[in-house]
Amino acid sequence: MFSILAAKPKSSARNKTGSWRSTKMPRLLKKECINCGLCKFVCPEGCISGSEKNQYSVDSEYCKGCGLCAYICPKKDIEMIENKPEKSNSSEEAEKDKGVGK
Amino acid sequence: MKKFIEGSYAMAEAAKLCRPGVIAAYPITPQTHIVENLSQFIADGELDAKSVNVESEHSAASCVLGAQAAGARSFTCSSSQGLILMSEVLFCIAGMRLPVMLVCANRALSAPINIWNDHQDSIAVRDAGWIQLYAENNQEAVDLIIASHKIAEDPKVMLPAMVCVDGFILTHGMEVVDMPDQKDVDNFLPAYDPPYKLDVDNPMSFGLLGTPDVYQETRYAIQKTLEDVLGMIPEVGKEFGDKFGRDSLRLVEEYKTTDAETILVAMGSVCGTIKDVVDREREKGNKVGLLKIVSYRPFPKEVVKSALKSAKHVGIIDKDISLGSDGALYSEIKSLLPSDQKVSGFIAGLGGRDIKLNSVENIIKMAREEENSCKFVDLNKDILWDKFKTI
Ligand code: SF4
Ligand code: SF4
Repeated sequence: MFSILAAKPKSSARNKTGSWRSTKMPRLLKKECINCGLCKFVCPEGCISGSEKNQYSVDSEYCKGCGLCAYICPKKDIEMIENKPEKSNSSEEAEKDKGVGK
Repeated sequence: MKKFIEGSYAMAEAAKLCRPGVIAAYPITPQTHIVENLSQFIADGELDAKSVNVESEHSAASCVLGAQAAGARSFTCSSSQGLILMSEVLFCIAGMRLPVMLVCANRALSAPINIWNDHQDSIAVRDAGWIQLYAENNQEAVDLIIASHKIAEDPKVMLPAMVCVDGFILTHGMEVVDMPDQKDVDNFLPAYDPPYKLDVDNPMSFGLLGTPDVYQETRYAIQKTLEDVLGMIPEVGKEFGDKFGRDSLRLVEEYKTTDAETILVAMGSVCGTIKDVVDREREKGNKVGLLKIVSYRPFPKEVVKSALKSAKHVGIIDKDISLGSDGALYSEIKSLLPSDQKVSGFIAGLGGRDIKLNSVENIIKMAREEENSCKFVDLNKDILWDKFKTI
């Protein structure tokens, strides 16, 4: 008998780990941004994207709410707000991830 | 062909007969001769395998894990501190369902440092999900190495197997061993063809994150598979027996137990000594028998229960102890038997202390008298004190 054993590349992206987020989440104010890219660079989850002033965004499906982006922003253009709970992996999605070679 | 050889040489040759693709091990007494011989076979061109020199047993286990995942039949061996240094990876190998083969030359654990035999090392990793088989002599060790590959690599099983052999007593003992022919082994054990492996054309990862949603099922799957292995051991054992003429692969061996009033239970080389005592007792008219456990994982509960059901006294000999509780075999077997059956546990032979004929005679005597759960045999009370002392 076997259970989940192996997975194809990128399957971990199907685990919406944003469901583990702490009690805070970042909000990008998009007012003072100077496009320094520090928030994107420092994010341990690699879930900040953007390459233009005031155009950065956070992927809340993976953000853990660690607050590093807000801490590093030289323009204080990111604030930490109360966490909005995200939907966790539905059992249907978890089912899809099962099995060798999937 | 029958040969008079050292146990380690015989086991190395058995491993070679299985045509491993990758061998990685770190030297530790008393296992060293096994890998030493395998390295020699490779150097002499007798074995076409990759031998990987590693810096520790943790690396050796990691190396065979990777090699097996890449689709190579892989072999390692260890003892004592080496085996427990591997222990993290041993759990991973079973969890990733990779049928690695390991020979454990059983040796006591530190401290105090002790290079001699008992079963504490393999018992300490019994919960890892490996098949664990214990050999009584070098012939059985050879046969179990070859035969257990067949079970471990079955596409329905895919679990690692550990053949446990008593350090020095078997590894360094010279015995006549009937070494199977390569042709017959090739016939019995086809090339390793795993149902899954690491493959650049079909990339996948093993050993993933298992969240609470999925982890428990992975354990259930291993448990169910090991239960199936209980049924496969006699089947594959018969196939092996038909081909090679020996019934070494079995769940247990029942030696003169049918009418026995007192049955001793043990694993490994001490069973040879016990059989001699059983014969002597039989000559005196005492109905004594031995139940030898070959398959410790999976543990054949029903077989053990039925072998012991008519015994008046059961004496279980453990060369290991779960400190603060009892011996491993004792706790396992005691829980299977009715509470009014007289079942005693004996701790003997720790750290290479010889279990002599009269030690076994004493155990039989004690098993017939009062019931004990954890009686140490042949203790030297002169070196036990209430206060700290130096020597
Ligand atoms: S809070 Fe942490 S995880 Fe979330 S976007 Fe900022 S740095 Fe990334
Ligand atoms: S750290 Fe602040 S200023 Fe720099 S890119 Fe991010 S949001 Fe803009």
